[in-house]
Amino acid sequence: MNARRTFVRWLVALGVLHGIVVCAGFFAPYDPVEQDRRSPYLPPMRLHLMDAQGHFHLRPFVYSQRLREGSFDQYGEDTTEPYPVKFFLSGAHYKLFRFLPSRLHLFGAENTRIYLLGTDAYGRDQFSRLLFGGQVSLLAGLLGAGLTLIIGLSIGAVAGYYGGWRDTVLMRVAELFLALPWLYLLFALRAFLPLAVSPLTAFFLIIAVIGAVGWARPARLVRGVVLSSKERDFVRAARGFGATNGYLLRRHILPEASSVLLTQAAILIPQYVLAEMTLSFLGLGVPEPMPSWGNLLSSLQQYSVLVSYWWMYLPALIMVPFVLGYLGLASSLQERGDAYKIERRSLGSRT
Amino acid sequence: MRTARANTHCCRILSSLLLSLFALLGHLAAASPQRKSAEEELFVLPGEVGRSGGRLVVSLRGEPKTLNPLIAADARSRDVIGVMQADLVHINRASQLTEPALAKSWKISPDGLVYTLVLRQGLKFSDGQPLDADDVLFTFRVYLDENVHAPQRDLLIVGGKPIAVRKLDAHTVVFQLAKTYGVGERLFDGLAILPRRLLEKPYQEGKLAQIGSLATAADQWAGLGPFRLKEYVAGQRLVLERNPYYWKTDAKGNRLPYVDELVFLFVPNADTQVLKFQSGENDAISQLGAENFSVLSRQQRGYTMVDAGPGLEYNFLFFNLNDAGDKTSPDMQRKQKWFREVKFRQAVSAAVDREAIVRLVYQGRGSAIWGLVAPGNRRWGNEKLAHPARALERARALLKEAGFSWSNGPNGESMLLDSDGTLVEFSILTSSSNADRAKMAALIQDDLKQLGMRVQVVPLEFRSLLDRVTQTKEYDACVMGIASFDADPNSDINVWLSSGGMHLWNPSQAHPATPWEAEIDRLIEEQLSARTFEQRKKLYDRAQEVLAENQPMIFLASPNILAGAKNSIGNFHPAVLEPYLLWNVEQLYLKNGTENSTR
Repeated sequence: MNARRTFVRWLVALGVLHGIVVCAGFFAPYDPVEQDRRSPYLPPMRLHLMDAQGHFHLRPFVYSQRLREGSFDQYGEDTTEPYPVKFFLSGAHYKLFRFLPSRLHLFGAENTRIYLLGTDAYGRDQFSRLLFGGQVSLLAGLLGAGLTLIIGLSIGAVAGYYGGWRDTVLMRVAELFLALPWLYLLFALRAFLPLAVSPLTAFFLIIAVIGAVGWARPARLVRGVVLSSKERDFVRAARGFGATNGYLLRRHILPEASSVLLTQAAILIPQYVLAEMTLSFLGLGVPEPMPSWGNLLSSLQQYSVLVSYWWMYLPALIMVPFVLGYLGLASSLQERGDAYKIERRSLGSRT
Repeated sequence: MRTARANTHCCRILSSLLLSLFALLGHLAAASPQRKSAEEELFVLPGEVGRSGGRLVVSLRGEPKTLNPLIAADARSRDVIGVMQADLVHINRASQLTEPALAKSWKISPDGLVYTLVLRQGLKFSDGQPLDADDVLFTFRVYLDENVHAPQRDLLIVGGKPIAVRKLDAHTVVFQLAKTYGVGERLFDGLAILPRRLLEKPYQEGKLAQIGSLATAADQWAGLGPFRLKEYVAGQRLVLERNPYYWKTDAKGNRLPYVDELVFLFVPNADTQVLKFQSGENDAISQLGAENFSVLSRQQRGYTMVDAGPGLEYNFLFFNLNDAGDKTSPDMQRKQKWFREVKFRQAVSAAVDREAIVRLVYQGRGSAIWGLVAPGNRRWGNEKLAHPARALERARALLKEAGFSWSNGPNGESMLLDSDGTLVEFSILTSSSNADRAKMAALIQDDLKQLGMRVQVVPLEFRSLLDRVTQTKEYDACVMGIASFDADPNSDINVWLSSGGMHLWNPSQAHPATPWEAEIDRLIEEQLSARTFEQRKKLYDRAQEVLAENQPMIFLASPNILAGAKNSIGNFHPAVLEPYLLWNVEQLYLKNGTENSTR
């Protein structure tokens, strides 16, 4: 019962996090690719309640930032006029869930711009980029993990259920895939592709690549589960009644693998989000100006950015709640599910 | 030219004065190797007198390929060769004017066809062998030999004929040109005089290209530059030691160079160079990006950072205007129809926000440019060239005139369509190792989005980028930069001429593809043989105008030359011409006996 409650808790937490990213257009105040060339490398703005004259404001406000004289990346607050934070105002166009056109944004300010997490080299709002970047990274993680699991499930089931030479061949191929230096493989693969790929192509390419590379581990897990469950009494009984292979797999064997797969999924998704970040960081992901969590971090490859603009590190922290959420979900899944019990039961049936 | 000759005269008087002084003080100075012997005609450099000794460490972006000036094509090799070799007449990197080097004086005949150069007496190569006119003859014979394939050969073909060289006596050489050459004695800059005794045998055996590798034994290589080879550690460093026979002295008669050793560390990455400079492993640094420069300036830990002002580098965007004939893919044909439309290029140029490039890429340490002559070039820029500010309206009008139209895209953004109704969409290549140019491309991408063009930026490793632009010609557009090595138009001749290899938008043409390219060819050829500066300037100004009208290159911005050195380095005066840092390497010295960098 307790395990179930923690499971639901993790699920809700993850749902909220994903919801924010899915509705990035609403939560983000600006268009993620819009450049504000007057404000490159603007540090995160502070929300004030007390103004320069010592008056208290109920509504939080910001001061606009001005470049210091003779500098190109040092700002000072212009305290002459406070700009209150407004909620639910109309701003840049976006499409909710990719089809609902809207201009409504959760927050913003009139006559100035609010940069909660600062700006990048082109004066683009890091906060908006972070939210929109999540759409790319998380979706790549989810779809990539889904693809991996489907491939892993089919190969694992075939290898485990039919055994014999099929098992041997498939498992050797799996081992081969485990041994591949996949990052270098990706570099090589990228070199064969046409020069300029559209953001959408690049996105699906990443999914295909990370999805196709990681199937070996789930396949081996599924094979183990299938191997043990196909010898179980109720499977033998069903076979005795004349059940076909397809029926056995579908009705009796693969459901046994479901909890293993779910746990795997919860572990794989954050892993794949990180893989997408690695690829984008190295410039193999979605091209500029589209944001993803990886290419938000890629400017940190420059030494001057590394030592001068601390807020450029912030996108690195975004993965922490997501990874925690998914790992929490995975462990509660493992507790709740029968993964552990299957092992015991199958051991029992063998002895 | 006049100033240079006056300079020679001054120097001669000065050196003869010093010579007599030394005759008096000779026995006091004893036979110190620092002092010169009486028969040598040395070059006395004005400027701050330093102290001898110590080691100077600088970094190179990678290993130089060779020490052999006959095959050196990469910048790193040229940097190293620059401090190991010397030329007859040299361009002073600070004044941008010529000054005597191995030749103490020169005369140009009234018709401009005969150059008579007089060598300094008593000079020796770094291995102690004397220099005479035969070395000069040999050097030019080798440069001009077709079988050697020296990169210098093209510079020595004037009016379609190689320069003829003969010797008058052991120290006088005459150069006969087929046609007048507007460049004048600047021609001799950078042409290293080679040791005949060392190279004659390999030359006759046809093995010149094989010698002069970095692994050459120190006693098998010689030059007339301030430093000579000492040690090479593969992948790590190249150590040079001072040439005890060098032919320059300071105002007090101390033989230059001051430092005993010059060490080149091989540091491939610009950021790593900055870190090494910060940690004190390097004594000096140049070719800094503006962002790294401001990081270093902010910290100021025992070093001085210098903004030497506008340099000669120009960055530009260009479109693929190559004509591949039938082999052109339909996709490329469609794109080239836009690229060949001059109004399209003018529109792109009008839409580019150069001011933003200067601010966001160079943090203000640079200048917007509208032509090939960068602002660091004081004499050759065309002042009448218009500097239009960014004008999106004008860009739209130009596109409209050229038959383009707009429609609304799925997300409400405007999309530019050509006369056939296809979406204007292309990619811009940039070098992935150059963050500045990648940034420019990203800014241009956003600028052009406002015209409804859909642009993708493709970062490529520099070598494959160059391969695409000059060999396979499979690209749409590209952002690149070139740094002229001299202020004279001659240094960019490969960019100007339609037959040139750096005529990037359509290199190495057999015949000029367009009338305006033909006109530029004619203007450039003419200015080459014009006699006076005014005549040349007039022709060159016109060439700049033709280029600006046709916009085959859309000029963006030029960075300032940024450099830094430890406070303990004396005579540190970075120049805006290459080599920015080491142009006065013989005068650099270490103050107060501070033992500088450790290896």
